[in-house]
Amino acid sequence: MAAAPKIISRKTGKNMGLILGGLGLLLLLYSLVSSTWAKSSSGLVMSLGLIALGSFFYSDQLYRNRHPGIHNDGVWFTSLTNRGILGWFVAMALTVFYCCLYFYPERLGYYPNGNTGLIQFFDPLSLVLNGKFATQWFVYGVIYTLAILLFGIKFLYKYRHSRYQSIRTLSVMFFQLCFAFLIPEFLSLMHPDTPYFAKDLKNMWPLNHYFFESWHLNNMLNGGTLGLVMLGGGLSMIFIISPVLTYWYGKRWYCSWVCGCGALAETAGDPFRQLSSKRLSIWKLERWIIHLVLVLVVLTTIAVLWSFLGKQPNAIYLTQENFIIGVVIGLSTLMSAIYCFKRKELNKDALYSLLSVGILIIGTLSIQSFSGEKHILFIKSYTLTKWYGFAIGAIFSGVLGVGFYPLLGSRVWCRFGCPMAAILGLQQRLFSRFRITTNGGQCISCGNCSTYCEMGIDVRAYAQRGQNIVRSSCVGCGICSTVCPRGVLKLENGPVENRTLLPPFPLGNATEKQS
Amino acid sequence: MHFFLPNNLKYLVEDEYVYMSQLPIIIVGNGISGTTVARTIRKQRDVPLVMISNESPYFFSRTALMYVFMGHMRWEDLEPYERSFWGENQIELMQAKVSEIRPENRQVLLENGKQLAYEKLVLATGSKPKFYDWKGQQLAGVQGLYSKQDLDCLEGWAKDTQQAVIVGGGLIGVELAEMLCSRGINVHFLVRERSFWGTVLSEEEGRLLEQHIQAHGVTLHLETELSEIIGDTHGRAKAVVTSTGVTIPCEFVGLTTGVVPNIDYAKSSTLEIDRGILVDQYLATNHPDIYAIGDCAQLREPPPHRSAIEAMWYTGRMMGETLAQTLCGQPTPYRPGNWFNSAKFFDIEYQTYGTVHTKPSSTEEHFLWIHPKKNIGLRVAYHPKTAAFLGLNAFGMRIRHQLIDQYLNEKITIQELMQQLESINFNPEFSTSYSNQIFNAWQQHQK
Repeated sequence: MAAAPKIISRKTGKNMGLILGGLGLLLLLYSLVSSTWAKSSSGLVMSLGLIALGSFFYSDQLYRNRHPGIHNDGVWFTSLTNRGILGWFVAMALTVFYCCLYFYPERLGYYPNGNTGLIQFFDPLSLVLNGKFATQWFVYGVIYTLAILLFGIKFLYKYRHSRYQSIRTLSVMFFQLCFAFLIPEFLSLMHPDTPYFAKDLKNMWPLNHYFFESWHLNNMLNGGTLGLVMLGGGLSMIFIISPVLTYWYGKRWYCSWVCGCGALAETAGDPFRQLSSKRLSIWKLERWIIHLVLVLVVLTTIAVLWSFLGKQPNAIYLTQENFIIGVVIGLSTLMSAIYCFKRKELNKDALYSLLSVGILIIGTLSIQSFSGEKHILFIKSYTLTKWYGFAIGAIFSGVLGVGFYPLLGSRVWCRFGCPMAAILGLQQRLFSRFRITTNGGQCISCGNCSTYCEMGIDVRAYAQRGQNIVRSSCVGCGICSTVCPRGVLKLENGPVENRTLLPPFPLGNATEKQS
Repeated sequence: MHFFLPNNLKYLVEDEYVYMSQLPIIIVGNGISGTTVARTIRKQRDVPLVMISNESPYFFSRTALMYVFMGHMRWEDLEPYERSFWGENQIELMQAKVSEIRPENRQVLLENGKQLAYEKLVLATGSKPKFYDWKGQQLAGVQGLYSKQDLDCLEGWAKDTQQAVIVGGGLIGVELAEMLCSRGINVHFLVRERSFWGTVLSEEEGRLLEQHIQAHGVTLHLETELSEIIGDTHGRAKAVVTSTGVTIPCEFVGLTTGVVPNIDYAKSSTLEIDRGILVDQYLATNHPDIYAIGDCAQLREPPPHRSAIEAMWYTGRMMGETLAQTLCGQPTPYRPGNWFNSAKFFDIEYQTYGTVHTKPSSTEEHFLWIHPKKNIGLRVAYHPKTAAFLGLNAFGMRIRHQLIDQYLNEKITIQELMQQLESINFNPEFSTSYSNQIFNAWQQHQK
């Protein structure tokens, strides 16, 4: 490849930021090798402080003195963001980190009877926040939240001309800091004796795949008022709040305003959004994989609930049999409703979802017939959930989802793997007021929208024929609208009817009959 | 049934002869006009389609060339259709240069010596940069910006350019300025008019843009033209001399003083040409089986308020849509609807709808609102007697095309339009609304 063309930059200031941040990171990692450093709480403050300071300084130097506007100069010339050497290096480093985190936490220093290394480094902070010694998940939570906040600040600088982007980013930063991090930690601090259950209300099933597992249900039921609140809150998120909000605003209310995975993708992942593939074949693959994951998680959940109910001898109405009947009736109603009312709109997107529901019905029935005390569909229920947790929870959402940001783009997990996104997507495609409106005939097919779509939607394909964009996968980040040089795209909520209408030709030609 | 195929029914595609049982519709040029006509025909009719281009094998968005240079996109991102699209839709692509048209024999001659026969011929060969025979315009480091090849050249020159001069204050000029700025190149911008893009925009908006362009580090020279380009001993541009007598040293000169139809190949034929290839309202040339669309076509009788040649993306697309109907058996005259266009000047988006002249006249009154601090403005033209809404220019403000188009058709009054400022607003959600400010300014304006 030819030498990358020179791009204007405030090099010195940026480099100072990088050096400060890099130093902080090195000091953080130094805890892995120095046992004295790992015990130093001022060391932790210093490392995190340097990282924050360096990152802030870097963002400031990069964007403050530039005019508010689009700052994508040189994105495809830069080794970090064009799948170059630096991109591969970062991907490998992140992958190593995720592998340690999920499979070898002791490498990071996690020992239940006394931490060492990096985990020990975070003990003081953990004791302050939740009263316990740190775990690898606590350390991950801190780093994750810090990443969202710091890269969020960078994003706010970069897109400061767009109020939609600014407000949305403040929202994801808020939900991550408070709902995902601070509130659960404080709740743990206040209820030290309750068994563990998820305290992040926004992290609902099926994104939180263990919500309905027996141990988790038991822990919530035995968790006093807080446990019951979390159970009730979780259930109402799934069955009431989420469908209502998705009807009014599309799945963006969750995926790019609230969700933690989305938060990281939108902030730390922003420099990599252009790396998502826009090819038709990948879209096909996407529909297969994401619905496969959906079927898997729903079936697994039905199975674990079924076996949970088997262990509740006092249940009168909610027996295993009634549960299965209920699920089948529910799913069948959903399926017939979609078929009756939305037959005309069933493009491939929705068809895949419908197919998934069908498979689920058959699967559910099979559970009842072919499962016994300890196994479901010939597989031990424990094994099933364990493998789901491993394959989907760790490998897909962690290693592939975040580790591969610099290789596959920032929304690999959200696009191919997230069952939550699949459910919200089905609703967005069929029962939602959300769409991205194309502004008449103004599209010039430039392709900025498609290039910067993190979900790999070929936005231009719709815009250039004057059609609104209504896609299951669209998370409503609004970047297509932001980068459009001609003001063609607008995220809107409006009547569900005729959202997807395809005009014979884009507006502007009086020769053609316009619909 | 198997026909004997005469020699002119086979043509070369990647070294293999492809035989057709029917003469093809040949489209010369694969830009927006040619591509639109091909796609639209294919939706309705099963006829062999051949698209010839000398510029690039696949259709790309010319309007986005700048984004490749600035590193926003890769070349392949400019291509709106996947490369398999053309084969799947049986649109044969051929990379060749047409050297001559022979209407008498229904033949197209290629520069490589091959001849192709056609059933219908569509000429959609676009534009080329317009030069004014300046002294030194042939020097190395001097070029226009229109084609893929121009972009490749620019990439070469940019590598060792510290300072550049751009001649011509139009849309391509300002794009080129932004491109060069993105590489840290010093840009001097020569503009003939008293204010920026003064042939299209009123002075106030021109000033707004001038300030913005200068804020990006560009040195603007208004009311200044190019007199001469001076070369060094290697034949590379080293300076320009302006009409004001100033010498500006530079390693690159961008000539963006407009475009002219790219029709050299047609000049030796019996096609009637003026500045462009002359076409009637059905986009047909003087030869009934030959049509011309897009930048290279010149309307014999342009519709009211429209030019005979409109070198525009949207015009090319609409001509393509229209001609496809004719070629599919439904003769359809070209009747573009209300005028619209858009552009971006560094960070300022611009949209225009309907008719807005640079200066008010006895049949056109103007209302102008410009934000005191931000780069936002709206100019509305209306009829002084009837108050009918005639058109608007919007800066830093997105306007809903569909609604404005409808209003222009309905001939609503400006008062009615001022009641609809919120509905015509196409800005992203949560954007600051200026409807009240604009409305108040309008109330003031009326007094």
